[in-house]
Order: sequence, then C-alpha cells, then structure tokens
Amino acid sequence: MTNTELPDARTLVAIYRKMAAIKLNDDRFISQIKAGRLVMPYYSARGQECIPAAISVLLTDADYLVTIYRGIHDMIAKGVPPKLIWAELAGRSTGSCKGKGGPMHITHPQSGCMVTTGVVGAGMPIACGLALAAQLRGEKRVTVTNFGDGAANIGAFHESLNLAAVWKLPVIFVCQNNRYAEHTSMAKGTSIERISERARSYNMPSAHVDGNEPVAVHQAAKIAIERARGGGGPTLIEATTFRFNGHLIGDTGEYIPKQEYQAALAADPYPRYRNWLLQNKHATAEELSTIETETAADVDAAVAFAFDSPLTEVSEITRDVYASPA
Amino acid sequence: MSAPINTIQALNWALDDAMAADGSVILLGEEVADPEGGGIMKVSQGLSTKYGARVRSTPISEMAFTGAGVGAAIAGMRPVVEIMLMNFLAVCMDQITNHAAKLRFMSGGQTHVPMVIRTMTGSGFQTGGQHADFLEAWFCHTPGIKVAMPSNPADAYGLLRGAIEDEDPVLFVEHFPSYWNPGAPPARGKAIALGKARIAKAGKDVTLIGYSRSMHDILSVEKKLGADGVDCEVIDLRTVSPLDMETILTSVSKTGRAVVVHEAVRSFGVGAEVSARIHEALFRELRAPVERVASKDSPVPFAKQLENAYLYSHGDIEGAVRQTLKS
Ligand SMILES: Cc1ncc(C[n+]2csc(CCOP(=O)(O)OP(=O)(O)O)c2C)c(N)n1
Ligand SMILES: [Mg+2]
Repeated sequence: MTNTELPDARTLVAIYRKMAAIKLNDDRFISQIKAGRLVMPYYSARGQECIPAAISVLLTDADYLVTIYRGIHDMIAKGVPPKLIWAELAGRSTGSCKGKGGPMHITHPQSGCMVTTGVVGAGMPIACGLALAAQLRGEKRVTVTNFGDGAANIGAFHESLNLAAVWKLPVIFVCQNNRYAEHTSMAKGTSIERISERARSYNMPSAHVDGNEPVAVHQAAKIAIERARGGGGPTLIEATTFRFNGHLIGDTGEYIPKQEYQAALAADPYPRYRNWLLQNKHATAEELSTIETETAADVDAAVAFAFDSPLTEVSEITRDVYASPA
Repeated sequence: MSAPINTIQALNWALDDAMAADGSVILLGEEVADPEGGGIMKVSQGLSTKYGARVRSTPISEMAFTGAGVGAAIAGMRPVVEIMLMNFLAVCMDQITNHAAKLRFMSGGQTHVPMVIRTMTGSGFQTGGQHADFLEAWFCHTPGIKVAMPSNPADAYGLLRGAIEDEDPVLFVEHFPSYWNPGAPPARGKAIALGKARIAKAGKDVTLIGYSRSMHDILSVEKKLGADGVDCEVIDLRTVSPLDMETILTSVSKTGRAVVVHEAVRSFGVGAEVSARIHEALFRELRAPVERVASKDSPVPFAKQLENAYLYSHGDIEGAVRQTLKS
C-alpha cells in the first residue's frame, strides 16, 4: 500500500468501520435468506466493501448517490441506516420505501441515496440530472454514481459521460469492475481492458485503481470530488475488485475459473485491510474489535427493528403511484 | 403418449429445430451461448456448441444487438434476439417500435424485418418494480409487430416455430414462473401459425379469454365453476396481436358473456381492446357487459403481501364470471 498522502488514522478507521458494517450486514442478509426469513433476489457485494467505504468518508449527506441492484454496500457506506434497509427487505411499513421498492430500489434522500436502479446503466443519466440541478443552483454537492463493468457497454454510459463532460457536471462515475457481468467475463463483452480509458474519448479525466486498496480508492476519489466541487467537472474512476458470492445468491459460479476465484479470495480486501491497519499501527486490536462488537450489535438491532415492525398494509398498493391517491 | 416436458425444453427444441431447418436462423442475446450458461434459464443450452457462431452472447447492449437483429433481418437472416426480461425492452424500444415494426411500411414494402424478440416476465418472485411487468400492450399498440404469448410447452414450441417463420417482426413473451410446469409435448416440426386462438375448453354459459399466465388461473377457476354447474368456454389467445376475432366472436355470440383475464395492469390493456371489439360487434347479443380481470394499476410492488395483492386472485375471476351471470 502506498504511503503517499495517507489519510489520517481517524479516516482510516472510519473506512474500516464502514467496511465492517457492510460485511456484517451482508453476512446476515445471506443467513436470513438461507433461513427463509427474507425472500428476495440478493446481489451480494461481498468483496467490494472498500470502494464505497473509502469514497463515502469524503462525502456528506448533502452529496448525492445513485446506485444499482448490487448497491447495499454503497447505501450503508453513504449512511442509509441499516435498520431501514432491513425493514424494507422484510416488507415492513417502516422500511426505507415502505416495502414497495425492495433491495433493488432502496431510496433514502436524507442520506443522499437518491435512486437505486435494477436496469443496467440507467443510473448514469439520472446522476447527470442530479448534478445539473446542483450546478444550476450553485450548490457544492457532488453526485457519485456506481455501476459495474458490464454497464460500460450500454449506450447510457457513453451518452452520460459525454453529457457530463460537455456540461462539466459535478459527477463522479465509479465503475466497480468485478470482472464479470452475470456469467460473462469482461474480456468477452468489452472491447477494452481498462474501462477508465474510455473517459479519454469524452475528454474526461479518469483514474484506474485497485479497488481492494482503500487508500488508493480514497486518493483517487479525493481528487475527483475536489475537482467536481471546485467546478472542474466529472471524473471516471475504475476500481477493480471481485464479488465472492456470485451474481446473486444461488449462483454457483461454474463460469469462474477456480484459480481466478482462489487468487481473488487470497486478496480479500476485508481481512487484508484489517491486518494492514494493525501492522502499521493505525489502529489497535482493541479498537477494531470494539468496532466489530458495536457493528454486530447494530446489525442485531436492525434485524429486530425490521421483524418487530408491522407489515406494510395492502391498501398501500394504490398509494404513491400519483401525488394524490387513486 | 410421450412424456410431458416443460417450457424450457420446448423452447430449446423449437430453437434447435428451427436452426437445423433454416441456416439463416441466428440467436443473439446476453449469455445465450454455452460458455455463459446457454441462457440464464438454459433455454439455448447446447445450441452454440451445435451451431457455432450462429449463437452469440452479446455485451449488455440491448439497443445495439436488437438493432443488429433488425439489420440482419433486412439482409435476409432470421434473427431470434433474446431480451433477458421484458422490462429491459424499454432500453431498445426505439429499435423495435420505430424500426422493426415500421420498416416494411415506410419502405413501401421493399424491406421487411422477419425477426423474433424473445423475452420473459412474471411476478411472484419479489423482484419489484423493474423486473416483472407485462408490457405487451405497448407493442400491440404499434402496428407492424405481432405479439405471441404462449401458455404451455406445446404452444411455446409451435408458436416459436411460427414466429420464426413469420415474415413480420414478432415479440414472443414467455411467462417464466411457469417455465418448469410440465405439459403435453409438442408435435416436433410443426409450427403454429400466428393469429389463431385456441379453444382450450368448449362450453356454453360464458367465454373466458386469456393468454400466458392467466390461462393457468382461468383453467383452475373454470373447473371450480364447472362443479357448480357453470359451463365455461375457455379461449387461449396464443397471439395477442393480431387478435383472432373470429374465434372470439363465434364463442361470445354463443355464450353472450365474456371475461378477459391478464396479468398486465388493467388500464389501457389488452382486455380493454378485446372488450371494446366484442361490444362493437355483439352489442345486441351480449347478456352482460364484458368483464375485465387484471392487475392493479400500480408498479409491481416488492413486499410479498403487496405483490400478492397486486395480481388478481382466483376469487376475482370467479366474481367476474358470476357478475356476468347476474343478468
Ligand atoms: C438493461 C439491462 N439488461 C440486462 C439486465 C440483466 N442484468 C442484471 S445485472 C447484469 C450484469 C451487470 O453486470 P455489471 O454491470 O458488471 O455489474 P455487476 O452485477 O457485476 O455488479 C445483467 C445483464 C439488466 N438488469 N438491465
Ligand atoms: Mg461486473
């Protein structure tokens, strides 16, 4: 890990705290799905924790996030309270979207989580619009939009990059490149090895980072966010990573070569970052285990909150379709 | 009688047989080739191994590969394009409605687009608002493209063969929650021509009209009503556009009552068109207004209890039938 412009220990630990929250919630989602208590398509981001964790410590609630079906890690990092996510997934009236949206559409404007889409690539044009509103009003907020490697092949990606560059919109496009789009390896579907290079044809600055290195992600994000806040326009960041739980829970991953999977697992960013923090004395073992204990308690509380909440009333089905109920 | 098969197998046979019969049939879609799994539902499993480059996995670029299907069709190929889920048709809508559907007309008949767009949908798996819509009305409302929606494995086979042979673009909509339901095997090698409905059960009191998923519900409600002495005639539209009005009107002029059932939302749906046409043609012979049973006018909700309430119930179908019997 490079030591140039290392964030201070507080920031490094804050990143770890977010990573722990993402990981422990993910573990619990999976165990609750396997136990039959949650029914949903679940696109685990296990392995991709440090990307949103390292970016979000640079953001405030006023900054916007647009994410995707594989996005609960992004939401937790951005500050969506896990208990509202849990209640949403459990179909409760206390859920972030009253149980109407589900895992692929969680929205929580108070923490800046403005849109979550299940349609590949569709978030990027919307991110441009959020950024346009901020630009027109002279607000300092930036918009971060996350998407996968596969999404870089859809028209909306290309149109959005061009639009954002032409209008100098305060958007940070974050490609979380986990090397697969469903069962298609990146090499099969993408004409270029580095998605970040596509920025050049839109006259946009870009960075390619190891998405398993929080410090590298943080550095690239800091430059991009400062540029956007300062009126310098958009940036494309490509962060390479891996997803350990397949495309969605139930995916057996036979299309992933065993060696590739083993190598990725050996580079699991979560334990690696924890060890790095300890070895470099950025945190003590007690500090980290306190974080882990507190986070586990938060997860317990979130699960209890969700299942203790009332189910959303069926009469809700005709509400929120239009401004006034049918 | 040979063993029952499911719709996945039936579709796989239809594609395989069509590719064997006609070298211009090609498959394009995300993950359709064997290295990517032979389709997320394994519908095209084995075909890339058998037919090589005629079966192509695509990038996630619906507009590009659907448009490529349009171009290849104009040039004389018979492309079968797979759009993973019906909602994603919105991403390539322009290629379908502004191009595939209209090029024959706009070119004064010089070019045409004999392509098939296969897709699937259906609620029941808590996939929420962007993964389970029935959007067939959008396409029925576009002259120039046909819409086929099979309800069982044998029809899936025959209609897919018919769609591939058809000279016009066809949207072929599969109901994936019933993919695994067993049914009678198809007559292999035989296409079902588009535009012809099927009488699934003859009866005299009331005509129940459905397609795709609703056929399963209609047939189960019909049994219950039959036990109560209500003799239903059941029509499976098979092709939603163009509608087989001859079959519909013959039946309803006999029964004097009709109920249309579909999973798509109620307003501005296929049921509205069927109902309007029946009223226009048989106003004086009808004994009751045509009833419609459909999903609520809302996006598909995520939570199970809401998703259940979104869809019509068997009680709704029965209630609609009893309503027509009141007069
Ligand atoms: C327009 C569209 N096409 C297809 C799909 C089906 N689909 C869902 S996720 C996915 C793969 C996306 O891969 P990538 O962008 O790399 O993101 P990842 O899932 O790897 O995080 C596909 C094809 C979709 N949701 N939207
Ligand atoms: Mg990916």
